[in-house]
Parts: sequence; C-alpha cells; structure tokens
Amino acid sequence: MLFGRDRSMLAIRQEKERADINILKKNDPLTIIYRRLQKKALMALNTKLLGLELKNPLILSSGILGTTPGMLKLAEKGGAGAVTTKSIGVEKRDGHPNPIITEVDKGFINAVGLSNPGMEKGVEEIQRAKKTLKIPLIASIFAFSLSDFEKVARKISEAGPDLIEVNISCPNVEAEHGKPFATDPKAAGDVAKAVKKNSSVPFAIKLSPNVSDIKEIAKAVEGHADAITAINTVGPGMKIDIDARKAILANKSGGLSGPAIRPVAVKCVNDIRSVTKKPIIGTGGVTTGRDAIEMIMAGADAVGIGTGVFYRGPEVFAKAEKEMSDWLEKEKTTLEEIKGCVK
Amino acid sequence: MESPELVTIKKIVQENPVMRTFYLDTKKETRPGQFYMIWLPGIDEKPFSATGSDPLAFTARKIGPFTSKLFELKEGDRIGIRGPYGKGYSLKNNSVIIGGGCGTASIALLAEKTKATVIIGAKAKDELLFEERLAKSAKKLIITTDDGSKGKKGFVTDALKEIIEKEKVEQIYACGPEIMMTKCLAIANEKKIPIELGLERYMKCGIGICGSCALGTKRICKDGPVFTGEELKDTEFGKMKLDKSGAETAMGGNCEPKRI
Repeated sequence: MLFGRDRSMLAIRQEKERADINILKKNDPLTIIYRRLQKKALMALNTKLLGLELKNPLILSSGILGTTPGMLKLAEKGGAGAVTTKSIGVEKRDGHPNPIITEVDKGFINAVGLSNPGMEKGVEEIQRAKKTLKIPLIASIFAFSLSDFEKVARKISEAGPDLIEVNISCPNVEAEHGKPFATDPKAAGDVAKAVKKNSSVPFAIKLSPNVSDIKEIAKAVEGHADAITAINTVGPGMKIDIDARKAILANKSGGLSGPAIRPVAVKCVNDIRSVTKKPIIGTGGVTTGRDAIEMIMAGADAVGIGTGVFYRGPEVFAKAEKEMSDWLEKEKTTLEEIKGCVK
Repeated sequence: MESPELVTIKKIVQENPVMRTFYLDTKKETRPGQFYMIWLPGIDEKPFSATGSDPLAFTARKIGPFTSKLFELKEGDRIGIRGPYGKGYSLKNNSVIIGGGCGTASIALLAEKTKATVIIGAKAKDELLFEERLAKSAKKLIITTDDGSKGKKGFVTDALKEIIEKEKVEQIYACGPEIMMTKCLAIANEKKIPIELGLERYMKCGIGICGSCALGTKRICKDGPVFTGEELKDTEFGKMKLDKSGAETAMGGNCEPKRI
C-alpha cells in the first residue's frame, strides 16, 4: 500500500509516462493508420435525408439558436449536420413576456410563444443563411389556420430552404389558438395535404407527443409528408415559485424538453417507425452520442438536438458526433446496421 | 440554470431624477460587467448590470412598462434574481473607463476595482450617474454633458481623445449608447489601444440558447455582454439589433426616460 506523498508521486510519474507515450505516438505509422481509421469512422456518420447529404445525422432542432443566419452558423461551427430555423409564421409575433424558460429536474420548460419576424423577413433571412451555410438548412413554419399554412408554405419554399419542417405541435399558444393541429389525425392530415400542394421543397411534419396514439397521427400525415419529425415538447408543464406564489413562466405553463423527455421521444419514434417507412427526424432530450444512437435504434434516420446546446454548448454536435463514431467503431457496426434495430 | 431566487429590496436610492439603485438583501460574487436577470413575478424579467455585489445591487432607469412597475416597488418588497451571467470586463490598469448615461451602471464596479481615469457623460446634468461614487475611486473623474449643464460641454469621446493625447492609455473600457461605443471603438482602433465594450440587446433566456440577443455568431448573454473590439469585427455592432420578435431593426437613438 502507498500512502500520502508516495501515492501522489506515483500518480505524477504515471501521468508523465503517459504523456511521453503520446509524444512518441504522434508520428508513429500505427498512429497514422489509427487516425485514418478514425476519419473513416466519422465518414460512416454521413447521412442521406431526402436526397440531402449530411456529414452527420445531428440536426439543430427548431427553437434553439435558429433566430438569425449568425446563430445557425454558430450551430454549424459547433458541428451540426444540418440546422433548423426558429418557426416562421405569416405575421410578426413578439411571443410571450419573460421568463420564457426555466429549468426543472433533468430538463426545462419553455413557452417562447412563437416569436418570429413574419414570413417576409423570414424569407430574407433564409436566403442570407443559405449563402453563409455549408450544411443543409431546414426552415420551420407554423400557422393557426389551413389557409395560413398554405400561404407560409408557399412563401417560405420560394426562399429555397433544403427542407421545410411544419410545426403543428407547439403546446404554448393554446390560450390564444386552441389545441395544436397535431392532436387530431384529420386536422394533422389536412395540414400535410395543404402544405404538399403549396410547397416546392420536401417537408417534414413535426408531431406532438401529447396525444393518446401518435401512430394514428403519423398514419394521417405520412401519405402527404416527405418525412416526420418527432417529438415537440411534452406536457405542457408548470413550475411555481412558492415564495412568489406565482408560476415562473409568464405563460404559466410551457413545453418540457431535455433528458427527462428522451424516453417519451424514443417510444414515439419507435411507434411511428412501426407504421411508416418515411424518414424520421428523432428529437427529444438527445445530449450525447449514445442518446443519438438510441434514437436511431428506435427508428430515426436523423436526430435533433435542442436543449443539449445548454448542457454542452453549441459544440454539442461535434462532441456527440465523436461519441457516435467511437461507439460504432467499438461495436464494429454502422448506422445503417443499427437503424431501427429495436422493433 | 438557476431558478429565480426571491430576495428582499433592502434599500432604494434615487441616483438622479430618472435612475434608482436597488440594494438587495443578498451578496453574490460578481465580476464587473456581469449581469442578473431581474424578475417581477407575473410581469416580466429583464437583464441588469450589477452595480454592487455586497450587497448585490442594480441600477435602473424608468423607461418602459417593466421599469415603471419596478419603480413602484418599496423597500421590503421582494423580486426574483438569477445570475450572475455573462463574461465581465478584464481588470487592466492604466485604463480609461467611459460610462455614457445609464451605461455607467455597467462600469461602476470596474471603476472601483481598478485605478483608472473615468469619464462619465450624459445628455444633461440630471442624467449623470454615480458622480460622487466614482469621484472616490477614480484616479481622475471627467464629466461631460451634451448641453454643458455640468462638466465639459460635449461628448465623452472628446474627453477620451484629449486624454489619449496627454497620457499613456493601455486599455479603454466603455458602456453607453451604441452610437457612443461605436465612436469609442473607432478611436481605439485608430490609436491601436485595446478596447472592451459592454453591450445590450433584447434578451430572453439569458443562458445562451434562445438566440434573442444574437450579434453575428455571438450571443450577448453568453459570449458577452462585454466584447473586445476584435470580437465585434464583422458583426452588426452599431448597425442593427433584433427586436422582441427577432426581426432585425436599425440601431436607433435612445428612448426618452420618464421623469419621476
């Protein structure tokens, strides 16, 4: 047994030896081969999504960063395979007063209230973003009526995003606009039909987990939509400051995101996979490479990361990418092999 | 991210006809330039620079619905706080520190932590902030007003140019209206003196994820609010800001403060 000083001396010596080995390794032929293999493993994360080439399947989810071309660029710098804008509607909206977000155990609740500059300005920003980004751009759109969905889909598709994501599942504007379209199969299907007729670019419909049977909703939209994104936030939930005797969020309630909802997201993706062959962007609580692999095993083709940006910074994408490729290499497998392997 | 913490207002000081400092019944380790989100439960939440750390304090100008509600509060009332957030100023000596209008709130702790020449300016005498407080800590305090009602008539930038001619200035710090900071930046660039600026934008989450306070690829809340001149290159600094909806709007003048 070593105690006190002897023990720390040993630790220092071991550390130094490890550092020496690293220096030796730098130009070693084996190291060079190892690096090449590592690069190959990263290549193995290349993902095809509706004809788009993604360097990895990790997509910035709508509502996080996503307000400006610069913020989308920040996510690109952080290693995202594709980025999604904050949802754009027909008219400009200020959204809810602050606080719009607050942390809860293993997650956040948020109610931003669909703040956006309106579709005219949205088009300009998408066009500018397209010029600066090297990765695919997904434009998120929302509306409160079928006719507005037609309008915004037509307008935004003119801006030429690589994909449109149709947000029919925001849980935070119920007081103003009633239950989201995503809670009724017929309403959800009608939106998908309306967008199909008016959009010149492929589109995904973003579903809500806050339904009794997400398979029914998925079946209603999958005939018209090119892909499905699942899930939007869960709940909504509410947090009260007992000292203030008030709800913390100005909107009182807000959708739950973060690690707490991952099991719900994984189950929803798995359910949707059982009823459609269309691509799925699995979103909800993904923070690490292992989380992303789990989502892909559940049936997702690509994986959204949103709240993870808080936990690990905009570099969350590069970190998760590395973790994914390490895992694939360790398991000697590929994304293709594991996709939907859990039925 | 912390939940808001409810704290009692211990003391309210009327700084000038338009600004008040709220001293809170708590202390928090705070770097000069860092900010707190101040929550009025059920109303709204806004960012404010710390103007004291022990006790924690912030200074506000009555300017809109939020600050109007804030100014209705009395000593003993409670508000929510979360923070400190953001990066602060570096603490370099042989510097000139500039505060314009209520931007002086952002540089007050900095001016007390370093030995510096301090310039404070405002449109008129009534809007000068922390004149007495800064006179105590500054190597030299220079006052300018646009209308000449106190100190030198003119702008803080005139005073800055004069000091640079006379003294060796190794660092400039400035916080105030963006037009003022743009001019300070131009002077700093011309004279090749490093500069740090305290910026303000409409803010929502305060924790770097909502994108409301975007400036180029930077976030005011997380990467700022203090930026070096270098960091502001190729951004919309001085030209554009996002409004509540996220729409780009041209950088305008200041709102008129309300008399109280």
